[in-house]
Amino acid sequence: MTSKRILLTGLSTYWGGRLAQALERDAAVEAVIGVDRRPPKVELHRTEFVRVHDSHSLIRRIVEAAEIDTVVDTRLVVDSIVTTPRRAHENNIMGTTNVLAACGGAGNPVRKLVFKSSAAYYGAEQDDPAFFTEDMDRPHPPATPIERDIVEAESAVRAFADRHPHVTVTVLRFANGLGPALRTSLSHLFGLPAIPSILGFDPRLQFIHEDDMAGCLEHAVRHDLPGVYNGAGDGVLVLSEVAGLLARPLVPLLPPVATGLAASLLRRAGVRISPETLGLLRYGRAVDNRRLKATGYRYRYTSREAVLKLREHQRLSSIAGAGQEAYRYERDVEDFLRRSPSVRPAERRPLTTLANLAPGERREPQKAGGSGAFEDLGADELIALLPSLEPAALAELAVHERDHAARPEVLRAIASLQGFEGDR
Amino acid sequence: MSATPPGTDLRPYLPGVEPERQVTDWGRSERVEGLLDRTLVDFFYRLWFRCEVQGIENVPDEGGALLVSNHSGALPPDAPMIAKAIKEEHPRPRPVHVTVEHFFKGYPGFSMLLPKVGAVPAHPANVHRLLYDEGQLVLVFPEGRKGSEKLYRDRYRLRRFGRGGFVESAMRARAPIVPVAVVGAEEAAPIFAHVKPLERLTGLLYFPITPTFPHFGLLGMLGYLPAKFIIRFLRPVRTDTMGDEPWEDKGLVQTVAQDIRATIQDELIEMLGERRSVWFG
Repeated sequence: MTSKRILLTGLSTYWGGRLAQALERDAAVEAVIGVDRRPPKVELHRTEFVRVHDSHSLIRRIVEAAEIDTVVDTRLVVDSIVTTPRRAHENNIMGTTNVLAACGGAGNPVRKLVFKSSAAYYGAEQDDPAFFTEDMDRPHPPATPIERDIVEAESAVRAFADRHPHVTVTVLRFANGLGPALRTSLSHLFGLPAIPSILGFDPRLQFIHEDDMAGCLEHAVRHDLPGVYNGAGDGVLVLSEVAGLLARPLVPLLPPVATGLAASLLRRAGVRISPETLGLLRYGRAVDNRRLKATGYRYRYTSREAVLKLREHQRLSSIAGAGQEAYRYERDVEDFLRRSPSVRPAERRPLTTLANLAPGERREPQKAGGSGAFEDLGADELIALLPSLEPAALAELAVHERDHAARPEVLRAIASLQGFEGDR
Repeated sequence: MSATPPGTDLRPYLPGVEPERQVTDWGRSERVEGLLDRTLVDFFYRLWFRCEVQGIENVPDEGGALLVSNHSGALPPDAPMIAKAIKEEHPRPRPVHVTVEHFFKGYPGFSMLLPKVGAVPAHPANVHRLLYDEGQLVLVFPEGRKGSEKLYRDRYRLRRFGRGGFVESAMRARAPIVPVAVVGAEEAAPIFAHVKPLERLTGLLYFPITPTFPHFGLLGMLGYLPAKFIIRFLRPVRTDTMGDEPWEDKGLVQTVAQDIRATIQDELIEMLGERRSVWFG
């Protein structure tokens, strides 16, 4: 089945935005509608944004009115650090119920549901296998609220799939995501001056870069993949290896007994360690990512490369202005841009928003006047763009900047990036 | 109805090796293992136990194979010596993965160190991936802790071989089983008694009294007596000729497990009969 009219939940997440950008560039896709509690963080051209509440209770009306054939549900909260437990539960349980209700029923136009879940579904326990495959169940009932939510939401999705055999249901269980735009329990710990660990444990961890999360979701939209698929970068790292890659010391702050108590003390001190992270820090977790690979998906980053990308980002964010969002959603401006007859079509406007192109679509500046695209950017905006450039383009830009504006902060940022590329 | 039918061979999709890494996806560390191998293990293998290896040609050159051995000693010295024997004597040395109880994954220290030297938790899925998907050597001790906690007076008497789970794993992976008989290990680390209250207090699997533990502290666990080791690899048992899905036949699984146990037991008795001295072989 080819998806033509797509509804996307969780539009304001990184992967939601990237996926919408990829889909709206495809001429075969007639409509992309994104819903979320917060406005989108990337610039979108055709995607319509509708603001909704935690419970997503009115989604059914949108689905029917817009004759949606594919629903991509990326709204599940899988990390307790991002919101309050009450909101997470409301979103995860009531939200899932409402999204599923919107996809079913007599005469419903939906033919495909892609559901983003998490490898936290499997938990992290002492008697786990070293690699979870999609057919395995968790050996013990979930112990933390978030894991309970995930298990409950997935069982609702499974029940939906059984009742609606004509709908292709794909469940993607992602390993811990890493990336510049992603704030998770683990990325919080990895950003501390020293990474806390549990004394006597060096768990195995696996990561997926956020670009690959968007990539997997898009792969599931473009192909028919009924069933459950794990999404994780190749390779499993141990925590000490991660600390080494991030060039941060690993400090066994947590004792092996009364770990929960110690974690709550640390929480007071500002080190937020979520309950589900404690399990990871003790036992770790890894999944078998081969089933999705066998359907033709190629990961862009291994676990190790995802960690290296994070380090790159950490270095840059110490430079003022880098890594900040260059785009802010304003409804009136969006309305004007899309509906006013005075606006010229997008393809005839000059290219100014390199950072907002999906990866793989990034274009290096052309030789003749290519760097001109950067001419009218402020220093801050330019610095934010730098990480997206290939080394060659970076070198070219350095020369251009030296010859023209020669802003010291821009030159510094380029030099630090080049230094990093050099020692890799 | 999945896009990849259950029978699809996923082996071509195994993750590639990243040459920059020193740790495998199982958590095995080249650095830690190499360091131990050059120092402690080498010392024990050459000088202390003076290991003698027989029948090394029974270990296949390539592909998955399940090594099955008798087991003993509070901190069993047999596993590292078997692994070292393959590394030293085999024409095509390969790393050996040793299965250990899940308990160790939850015990601080052990949890950190054991995977670094090639131990994996004894989960059927782990053994299957190693044997079938990765084609590696896996060493199992079907006696499990019943073997390592047995007392000195019970030496060389093999315990029950569980429910034959190891045979099932080998059958599913269509990998040969190589029985291994080790003489010496059971005298090197004798256990005289177990102290139940201390076992509960430390949360350990067992708390043994050995010639050097607990009065010399934790290092006393390494205080092996210098018994002469003889490691004999026996003829492999093929599992790929046993029919279509032999693991479904629980009776066959049990029979094969008992046969292998009897093979090792008989071999041990023969080796003990040939032996003139515990210390000099």
